[in-house]
Amino acid sequence: MKRERSELLVALLLAGAAACALMFVVVYALDWPHLTQYLGLCLGLALALLAAALILAGEKLFPAEVEEVVEDYPVTEHPAEQDEVDQLLAESGGRFTRKRLLIGAAGAAGAALGAALVVPAASFGPILDTKSFYYSPWRRDRRLVDESGKPLRAEEIEEGTFYTAYPEDAYRDELAAPLVVVRLDPGELEMPAGRKGWTPEGIVAYSKICTHAGCAIALYRDPKFPAAEPGRALVCPCHYSTFDPARGAEVTFGPAGRPLPQLPLLVDSEGDLRAAGQFSGPVGPAFWGVRTRRPSA
Amino acid sequence: MIRRTVRFLDQRSGAAPLLRKTLRYAFPDHWSFLLGEVALYAFVVLVATGVYLTFFFEPSTATDTYQGSYAPLHGVEASRAYISVLHISFDVKAGLLIRQTHHWAADVFIAAIVLHLIRVFFTGAYRKPRELTYVIGVLMLFAALLEGYLGYSLVDDLLSGMGLAIGYGVGLSIPFVGANLMVAIFGHPFPGAPEFWSRMYIAHILLLPLLIGGLLSAHLALVASRHHTQFPRKRVPGERKLIGLPAFPAQAPRSLGLLFAVAAALVLLGGLVQINPIWLWGPYHVSQGTNGAQPDWYLGWLIGALRLVPHFDVVVWNRTLIPNPFWGGILFPTVVMGALLAWPWVERRATGDRRFHNVLQRPRDAPVRTAIGAGFLSWVVMIFLAGASDRMLVWLGISYMSQVWFYRVAVWILPFVIGFVAWRFCLALQRMPQGPPRTSDGGGHGAVRRPQSAK
Repeated sequence: MKRERSELLVALLLAGAAACALMFVVVYALDWPHLTQYLGLCLGLALALLAAALILAGEKLFPAEVEEVVEDYPVTEHPAEQDEVDQLLAESGGRFTRKRLLIGAAGAAGAALGAALVVPAASFGPILDTKSFYYSPWRRDRRLVDESGKPLRAEEIEEGTFYTAYPEDAYRDELAAPLVVVRLDPGELEMPAGRKGWTPEGIVAYSKICTHAGCAIALYRDPKFPAAEPGRALVCPCHYSTFDPARGAEVTFGPAGRPLPQLPLLVDSEGDLRAAGQFSGPVGPAFWGVRTRRPSA
Repeated sequence: MIRRTVRFLDQRSGAAPLLRKTLRYAFPDHWSFLLGEVALYAFVVLVATGVYLTFFFEPSTATDTYQGSYAPLHGVEASRAYISVLHISFDVKAGLLIRQTHHWAADVFIAAIVLHLIRVFFTGAYRKPRELTYVIGVLMLFAALLEGYLGYSLVDDLLSGMGLAIGYGVGLSIPFVGANLMVAIFGHPFPGAPEFWSRMYIAHILLLPLLIGGLLSAHLALVASRHHTQFPRKRVPGERKLIGLPAFPAQAPRSLGLLFAVAAALVLLGGLVQINPIWLWGPYHVSQGTNGAQPDWYLGWLIGALRLVPHFDVVVWNRTLIPNPFWGGILFPTVVMGALLAWPWVERRATGDRRFHNVLQRPRDAPVRTAIGAGFLSWVVMIFLAGASDRMLVWLGISYMSQVWFYRVAVWILPFVIGFVAWRFCLALQRMPQGPPRTSDGGGHGAVRRPQSAK
């Protein structure tokens, strides 16, 4: 391409960039519908045309034939300077007569000062107090309510779906609050030992928080026909930990290391669902030593 | 005019020799050398768009009722953080463009770093004297991963809350100190105290950007002081001479052009291709989750690792010692990072090669390295793919459990197969009829060609 034509092309590209950038201002000022798209288009094209102009200018307009340059790589090292630095540092140390005393004293000062500067980091949280990990808002006779605060009635719990329940009159945005509630055929239940009477009418309640990494159990698999994969399950959508609600939420697939904690239920005289006690184990993701305690209020 | 400016500057800073050297600095010409530059320019766009977003974002978990112009969420209770991002998206003019450009830039930034790392690894560019440059680059990659994670966690939409819950679960799983560490960072068991939002915010907008910027400066300073590596060239055999296009007039306009091209691509993506429409996810609550949740691409390998581990906690005398997420969420990335950081020294140890290297190797010229790299890369990529197996179930109908079982076995076998194939491939390429000229200025199979403009 001739030089004049290249120059003209670069000038046109720059003019195009200017036009697009101006258009951006106009579109912004007029507040068009689909503003985001038009703004992106105008600014994006302005930048793209500018890029094209620069690249074309670099290729064609600057000295027509850019010669490659040959350079020496930097020297690999500077032995003389290395020696000098070494000597300077070594000499200054060599002048001390009681070197060990000074090193010890400096070490003590450094360590103590370091500790003093680090200590305020302890304010970051009650780091030695992990009691709050075992807190649970549930206690005997606390009613289960739905999202709008309406009590869950036993007769309204149907098979084949799941319900999210919260503790009545308690804060909801913490790990131990939400439950999943499902109704199963009482004949199918194979609950772990010691949980007799926790499932009135076959209604079971577990913590809704996955014991793997703390996401909410938001999926309920309830095959209507004999399925190719194992049957009914509560599933976490984050890593697909899969729990069997008929068998104490035992893990059947996915990464979770322990079952969902179960909350014992009772049906009161008005037919409302209430907690009959505390969770069977600690709620939420596991940590060192987590199995040793049951939650408490 | 130019002469006078240069004299003014030189008399006051003594910078003329440096300036002359900078203008003549030689850039070896190969397309793959641009990947690092793309990352750099994506970072520039990230800082520019990020600063704009801070003018409108409120890092607060205090709740409020939404009353902005997105009708479907009217009357919804949400944190001020989430509401302010809705405000940026719907009521701040150009806000959605900037927000989406910022998000795209983060994805491109990390993609460019990863591709750059792959180029550097397979050509042996990390060898002495450039190990520090490489180590700083790897550290930058991991800082960028954390930075990106914090960025989309700050929004407090449903997906960001699920991501934070997972981060918390993974943090808890660190043996012995996990619970203490998490209560220190979150201020309270999940979802944490209000201060946690301040901590995330300052980390996202100041501490990590400073760290990345500092590492970036050190990275570039080291590149400049040791100069670029180059592919073998016939004109200058040996390791002592560097041949390339001068910074000015050849490289500077191109590089500036690349800056604008990257910015253009990101702005076009931000304007035309929707990303993270948080108004569809809704605000996060501990009790809520959604199916098909996927993180930004660069965390897919961790999701995959978390999903693949079979269900067990390490329990001794009914005490949990090592909870399950430790393996996929802590150990796996630590192994990957450790392997990347240690590699230059491992290779030096194994080959006994302590010489200086300025000339790159093509992958086939170092078959063992290429085999190990291909195996390692395929290991991480397969675990990444495992993270998408729920999407594969939806798209292709392949049973989720079969996929997981396949990956659980395959990730321990296929990398060796792929490594072996790569090794044989390198050897076969070396024996090609014309013979790959070890130093070449054109012609022949796989030859490194001279740039057209230099002919």
